[in-house]
Amino acid sequence: MLRNNLNSNKQTTLQKIHIDGWLLCGLLMLMGVGLAVIYSAGGQDIDLIKRQLIRLAFAILVMIVVAQIPPLAYRRLSIHFYVIGIAMLVAVLVVGTIGKGAQRWLDLGFMRFQPSEIMKLAVPMMVAWYISRFNLPPRFRHTFMAFVLVIVPTLLIAKQPDLGTSLLIASSGIFVIFLAGLSWKLVFGFISVVSAFAPVMWFFLMQDYQKQRVLTFLNPETDPLGSGYHIIQSQIAIGSGGLQGKGFLQGTQSQLEFLPERHTDFIFSVFSEEFGLFGILALLTLYLFIIIRGMIISMRTQEAYSKLLAGSITLTFFVYVFVNMGMVSGILPVVGVPLPLISYGGTSMVTLLAGFGILMAISTQKRLMLRE
Amino acid sequence: MPPNRITIKDHTAEANLFARRSIIALVIVSVLLGILISNLYYLQVTRFNDYQTRSNGNRIKVLPVAPNRGLIYDRNGVLLAENRPIFSLELIPEQIDDLDETLSKLKTLLGVNEQNLEHFNRELKSKRRFKPVSLINRMTQEQVAKFSVNQHHFIGVSVEARLKRFYRYADALTHLVGYVAKINKRDLQKLAESGEEANYAATYDIGKQGVEKYHEKRLHGQVGYQEVEVNSRGRIIRTLKFEPPIPGQDIILNIDINLQLKVQEALADKRGSVVVLDPKSGGVLALFSNPSYDPNLFVHGISNKEYNYLLNSKDKPLINRATQGQYPPASTVKPALALIGLDEEVITEASRVFDSGTYKLKNVAHTWRDWYRWGHGWVNVTHAIEISCDIFFYDLSYRLGIDSISDGMAKFGFGEYTGIDLYEESDGNMPSRGWKRARHNQPWYIGDTISVGIGQGYWTSTPLQLALSVSALVNRGKNHVPQIIRGHKTNNGDVIYPTKDSMPIIIKNNKNWDVVLDAMYGVVNRPRGGAYKAFRNTHYVSAGKTGTAQLVAIAEDEKYDAEKIAAHHRDNAMYVGFAPYENPELVISVALENAGGGGSNAAPIARQIMDYYFPKPEEPEHVAK
Repeated sequence: MLRNNLNSNKQTTLQKIHIDGWLLCGLLMLMGVGLAVIYSAGGQDIDLIKRQLIRLAFAILVMIVVAQIPPLAYRRLSIHFYVIGIAMLVAVLVVGTIGKGAQRWLDLGFMRFQPSEIMKLAVPMMVAWYISRFNLPPRFRHTFMAFVLVIVPTLLIAKQPDLGTSLLIASSGIFVIFLAGLSWKLVFGFISVVSAFAPVMWFFLMQDYQKQRVLTFLNPETDPLGSGYHIIQSQIAIGSGGLQGKGFLQGTQSQLEFLPERHTDFIFSVFSEEFGLFGILALLTLYLFIIIRGMIISMRTQEAYSKLLAGSITLTFFVYVFVNMGMVSGILPVVGVPLPLISYGGTSMVTLLAGFGILMAISTQKRLMLRE
Repeated sequence: MPPNRITIKDHTAEANLFARRSIIALVIVSVLLGILISNLYYLQVTRFNDYQTRSNGNRIKVLPVAPNRGLIYDRNGVLLAENRPIFSLELIPEQIDDLDETLSKLKTLLGVNEQNLEHFNRELKSKRRFKPVSLINRMTQEQVAKFSVNQHHFIGVSVEARLKRFYRYADALTHLVGYVAKINKRDLQKLAESGEEANYAATYDIGKQGVEKYHEKRLHGQVGYQEVEVNSRGRIIRTLKFEPPIPGQDIILNIDINLQLKVQEALADKRGSVVVLDPKSGGVLALFSNPSYDPNLFVHGISNKEYNYLLNSKDKPLINRATQGQYPPASTVKPALALIGLDEEVITEASRVFDSGTYKLKNVAHTWRDWYRWGHGWVNVTHAIEISCDIFFYDLSYRLGIDSISDGMAKFGFGEYTGIDLYEESDGNMPSRGWKRARHNQPWYIGDTISVGIGQGYWTSTPLQLALSVSALVNRGKNHVPQIIRGHKTNNGDVIYPTKDSMPIIIKNNKNWDVVLDAMYGVVNRPRGGAYKAFRNTHYVSAGKTGTAQLVAIAEDEKYDAEKIAAHHRDNAMYVGFAPYENPELVISVALENAGGGGSNAAPIARQIMDYYFPKPEEPEHVAK
């Protein structure tokens, strides 16, 4: 129905305000699930729900505003965002505020701000802008430059240290290069380089607490009450949920507080415990729906910059989901990545929905662009 | 950017490239999702049971619930040992951040004394960090109130109410009923050895002495369980299942508390003991050792000072003299010796011995003397028992020889544990050739036999053994094992246990019983008898035998201390008796340390007790049983 409307000249209200109905529907459903799980994980604290609702409302507002801006404007502003972002990352390392053992925040006087959030969008924009200037697939020279554009902010963020975010930012940039037609030789070459780079990371770049996380990931039972506690309790929560789950508000691991970080990073464990494998499959279907919708938007777009950016935003969203679920279920080390649209928390939610705003702008404004 | 760059782009090729890459990306997404789902399948389906068990292990804790200890009643249903609620202040070290600060704050609030603190520190070292340690054992109402108001300042500190044993008759029953006290390491070890550890998981106290110890199994009961759901901090959220404990049995003793109190009153401040048995059943009607002490002291953890006082007192209050005191039986065993003599036919009812006051053996330099310096002249067996003639029994023992005496007296229970339901018992010593060889590595001399003939020399026995030997006489050989426990209470009334019979004494001529019992009658009822004065004008007919032991010995584990012995040099006064003479209802044994002659010191005590037990019909306040 929506599609028919898209093809006709008649525009629905949603299209007038540049909102993609399918995406909005999927996002709202996930947010609804998120609120329910936060209610359960937070010990039925209604204030927690209120605060999250305010954040969600603000994030949706940001998304709608972002959706109004034509993609061409983003393309033009890409380099500005990127440069400002890099400058702020450097500033963070020099004068940043330390919180939770990492130097991630920039105190602007009236608010604290995390510049790495800007880079989540600035990096794919910049790389897409750079690479779409040339004929695709890119030449080696251009590919190399694109990688430099990715690696610089990645290292700056990894240095804070914020492994989760640097990982997401690196992927968002690499997705652009991949979708632009990165040669397979380079793909495999890149994989070899990363494998070779791993020991370097281990010995020179990773902090002790990060190394501990990796060791714990490899065998959590070595320290069941210390660093392995989180993952063990999380696996118990997920495993004991079984096929059908223990029922809403009935998860003993979460309700009796055996599970740490219940309403933030480990919210998927709460969900798994209470709704079981069936619930998880339903949840994954929702996520997959959004991802497929994102890829459809990207494929339908004619213009290369928008195409690449839309694809990257969508695939990065998947990386969020995969890394979070992977880490709480024990197939990835614990890096602080929240479950998108479900986990309690503010900053990343706003960035995420801003990304969807760009996706919607691309989806609904392609006609305007073609006309240009 | 220059617009001409766009025009030279091949849009179709780019679109195809992009489409291919998008599809590859979606394939990779699917593969990763597949990995994710298969891992979740592994966790939630393959290993579901494992994780469900661990999840339940996290939240479900099984807490043992202590059974209420059985109560102890006397034969008439009077409560002797009960359980009373006690409030104690307990600290869980694990939950307290700064123990020193908490202790000093509690000190100012409640006034914890040094003794409590010392006790606390001692216990702190021996207990696991998450187990509660008590700081104040018995809180006053004021302390409870003060703490309750300030409770929120003290995390990890709580007031616990629990039932504690209380002995309302205090020192009157100490050696008999015993007491319970906190389970210590040695108790734990024993419980572990007997596989009873789980049953005591929630129990604080265990029987340490007396009936409380001997009948621990009956009194303790069966532990119960509470299955609770806890959160990650160990707080109990709700109870899932409750299996109530089975309380211990309420037991009934053969003791008559009024008689016991009468015994205590009769002994007053005299060091010694009294045993009163029912010869028909072996039931222990009263058993008292003087001096005694308050068992309630031990229930709440006795202080070092108090304990040392009890331990080092020269009067040895900790010893149960009635069952652990080993005294020369002296003349109280003459009736039993006479019976063996008659039965072995070394004497007859009519055979006589001339008592000149001294006794000599061929080739032996020693001269044995009668207690009556001038001698009693010609005496037969009845006469000899009544006046407690020593010469007659020197001669009798010489004729019998140590082997016959040893074997015969062993049948009366001398040198053997009586089998009473108390662990605090000594077996005394019935000497024999073999015993002397083993103990002193010496042969048995004929002179040793002569001393044994008047219940002295190597011969020692407990007052309980004496009472039991008299019981054997009055029962004409068919005796019972002495028992303190009588039965237990159930919802359908009392269950009374059958008596335990001991090995009967079989003699050739049953008429000999009558000879000996008649002589004991004479001791009390014929003017020349040794207890005639003490029992003049009783309205019941009793019989008995006096004894005066010339040695000082109280307990097997007492060290020989010459200075103290010098101060305690007087004779032990002994008396055994029974009443009524026809169809006896009680047998009594009195042993007084360093009190002098048995007839004038021990017999009057026995009389006081019998007077109480057989009240005159016109005295309505002592209703006969």
